[in-house]
Amino acid sequence: MEIPYTVQPRPDTGLYNAKVGIWLFLASEVMLFGALFSAYILLRVGAPDGYWPEGWLNVPLGTLNTLVLITSSITTVMAWASLKMGRFSRFKVYHAITLICAVTFLCIKSSEYHDKWIHYEATLKDGTFADGHFRSAVYVNTASNEKLTQKSFHGMEYTTGTGTNAQHFALESVTLNGHIVDDVKKLYNLHSLHEVVHHEDFTVQASQIKRIENYGPWHNTYTALYFTLTGLHALHVIGGAIVIAFLWGPGSKMWQTDPERFTNRVEISGLFWHFVDLVWIFLFPVLYLL
Amino acid sequence: MQATHAVSHSGTHEAHHEQGGFWRTYIFSTDHKIIGIQYGITSLCFLLFGFCLMLMMRWQIAHPGQPVPLVGPLLEHVLGASKGIISADLYNMFGAMHGTIMIFLGVVPLAFAAFGNYVVPLMIGAPDMAFPRVNMASYQAYLVGGIIMFTSFFIPGGPAQAGWTSYSPLATSIASNGQTFWLIGMVFLITSSLLGAVNFIATIIQLRAPGMTWMRLPFFVWAQFVTAFLLLLAFPPLEAASIMQLMDKVAHTSFFLPTGLAVGGALANVSGGGSPLLWQHLFWFLGHPEVYVLILPAMGIVAEIIANNTRKPIWGYKSLVYSALVVGFLSFIVWAHHMYMTGMGVKIATFFQTTTMIISIPSVIILTCLFISLWGGSIRFNTPMLFVMAFLPMFGIGGLTGLPLGLSYIDLHLHDTYYVIAHFHYIVAPGTIFALFAGIYYWFPKATGRMMNEFWGKVHFWLSLIFMNLIFQPMFGQGMAGMLRRMSDGGANYSAAVNSRAGADVIGGLSDYVMHLHTYILWAAVGLAIAQIPFIINFFWSIKGGKPAGSDNPWHATTLEWQTPTPPPHGNFAVEPHVYRGPYEYSVPGHSTDFTPQNEPEK
Repeated sequence: MEIPYTVQPRPDTGLYNAKVGIWLFLASEVMLFGALFSAYILLRVGAPDGYWPEGWLNVPLGTLNTLVLITSSITTVMAWASLKMGRFSRFKVYHAITLICAVTFLCIKSSEYHDKWIHYEATLKDGTFADGHFRSAVYVNTASNEKLTQKSFHGMEYTTGTGTNAQHFALESVTLNGHIVDDVKKLYNLHSLHEVVHHEDFTVQASQIKRIENYGPWHNTYTALYFTLTGLHALHVIGGAIVIAFLWGPGSKMWQTDPERFTNRVEISGLFWHFVDLVWIFLFPVLYLL
Repeated sequence: MQATHAVSHSGTHEAHHEQGGFWRTYIFSTDHKIIGIQYGITSLCFLLFGFCLMLMMRWQIAHPGQPVPLVGPLLEHVLGASKGIISADLYNMFGAMHGTIMIFLGVVPLAFAAFGNYVVPLMIGAPDMAFPRVNMASYQAYLVGGIIMFTSFFIPGGPAQAGWTSYSPLATSIASNGQTFWLIGMVFLITSSLLGAVNFIATIIQLRAPGMTWMRLPFFVWAQFVTAFLLLLAFPPLEAASIMQLMDKVAHTSFFLPTGLAVGGALANVSGGGSPLLWQHLFWFLGHPEVYVLILPAMGIVAEIIANNTRKPIWGYKSLVYSALVVGFLSFIVWAHHMYMTGMGVKIATFFQTTTMIISIPSVIILTCLFISLWGGSIRFNTPMLFVMAFLPMFGIGGLTGLPLGLSYIDLHLHDTYYVIAHFHYIVAPGTIFALFAGIYYWFPKATGRMMNEFWGKVHFWLSLIFMNLIFQPMFGQGMAGMLRRMSDGGANYSAAVNSRAGADVIGGLSDYVMHLHTYILWAAVGLAIAQIPFIINFFWSIKGGKPAGSDNPWHATTLEWQTPTPPPHGNFAVEPHVYRGPYEYSVPGHSTDFTPQNEPEK
């Protein structure tokens, strides 16, 4: 049994099967991201005045990542065009660049994630807000009163070991690199600040802290949207990169046996890659610039 | 052509799939017919399971606080229900899972995936689906989703209990992990239907046999085509919503949790700023097209069986096709009629009332065409036809009782009452499920080479018809009397409290008569359960013991699925079929038989 039109286009539609399939799949992807973008609109419109974060992300890094993805889209087209011209070795070169771009994008993205992960906001009991990147924290062993400096934040208290070996530690102070503000709104709209914020190391005693948390997805609806949208996009980047890596490596053997079908596969994976790029073209202004 | 292919016995069935042994043939098959049967058997099991949940709930409603007979010890042993009594929590779990299972694991996989997989490639003259391995992945994703849903009954705290609609913040605030399982299960089910939808559309566009033009497609194929588009475009927003609710649940975000949310009298430890309405919009953006996902394949089955058993063409084929397309389009812009109670503004409500009234027009056109098709036919009253004949008025009742709900003023009174339950069950139970039964009786001889027993088929039909109506008809009355749908004791406490305060006639209290209807409904539901026994036995017995179909085309049908060997081998057609005419050329004057198959060349 052979399924027709897997390689050659059907005359009346002018398309081969997989091309119909990928366009339909992308249509559903548009609806998926469309729903998430409408969630963004609704939550942003519903936020109280002055409480929507602006300028929280690193625009130069975001711009660099945008350029990286656009480059990868170009090399994807060039890789496909090389195959159309029958130049397999150039295909290998172009898609190698695509893969390097994909990995670069993910590296830059994860360093941005890390930056948010170690960024803490503490509500202090005197009504002010301490905000900055984590430097160190001092914990006290509740039994021996021994002091211990940690390079990562372990919460207000933590326990190591179990049973009789259990040791309890309580936070004594935490050192952040940032600043203390009297109005929490000053932490939100960084675009509207006219003076340059001076960042310096400062230490806050645990007894002063009412609540402390990092800029994870739980911090507010903006970080929730940021991590969910870019996380889902990153999953798409990883998925696309795996497919392209397969076609670049073991899958490229098909060039010897069925070059036309192989070229089609590269075209299909390329269409998906362009879509992933396009989603980022929307994500970048929405999350970084607006 | 059909005479040359003797009816295959089930013994020769394996011979068509000799490559690959049992696992490759039946479990990891890429053959659309095997996948269709896998979907069919799995979804029928889930339908039975969902029905059993409902039976136990009906007992609890009619006899609140009394141990469930027969299965009480099982409930106590497996789900920890003390003394076999269904607690309010357990009732909520059963309610949420009944809806979820019936819709996402029962009716949609049966109507769309099972019938679509088995019949559509045959009807359009294709050797298989466009992407056979994607098709296999689609079934496997469905199975994994189903297993996750089923497993959630046995985790500590039990399954989801916030209704099949899973409104936030309720769904997120319940401390157990049931909702997490529900959401992960949904992500798998949505992935499954996405893969299925892509495959169906690509198959119908690309793999039609030579001569099978768009206006020669059987209406069933059109119905599946529109359904696939609804699944393709309406499900992803629910997937997005599920991901966000999952984040709320496991990463403690606040997509759907408002500022100042209090749970159990204490302020919840969340950042807030989210919107509960956002969940409702995203859910119903799927939820309403989903209604047409439930009904369109059923209408497709009905059209095929009516044409075949009235021995005349469907009346208004083109009107049916265009109406199905219009229904598909409009179903995307009516969703907020499920949300009149949220305090929606008058202008928005007017828009959604208008679109809701408009969408009833193509629905009525479809039903009218099917009714007029009966006119002047010499009708063969076999079992599939009886189910289809019952579908028409039953779906009519369901549809017409929906019109008042589409008007916000009336909906404010009827919302969340038993009236709503009666309305949509008339559409789905004696509507869609009757059409699905009809489809099973109708295509059974193609899949097995044997007929199902007519006598027990008719017993199944008449008992089901009577008991369905005895169950759902009284609910209209209960709902109009003000009985709310989610009370685990059927309103006993609520009525007693109100009635004792100011006499029996006060607004809000329910009269004894309305309360007693619960008992009758319980016994009608038990009757419906008993009525399914002949079907289950008939189904399995007929695979080996049924009357041989006698030919590849026992119903003397015109469409292509009957022009293959029986059961169709891997690859379906011995010779690629060519199509010369429309799908319903019955009783053509001057023709020697009263049916002209689509692939019969012009003389």
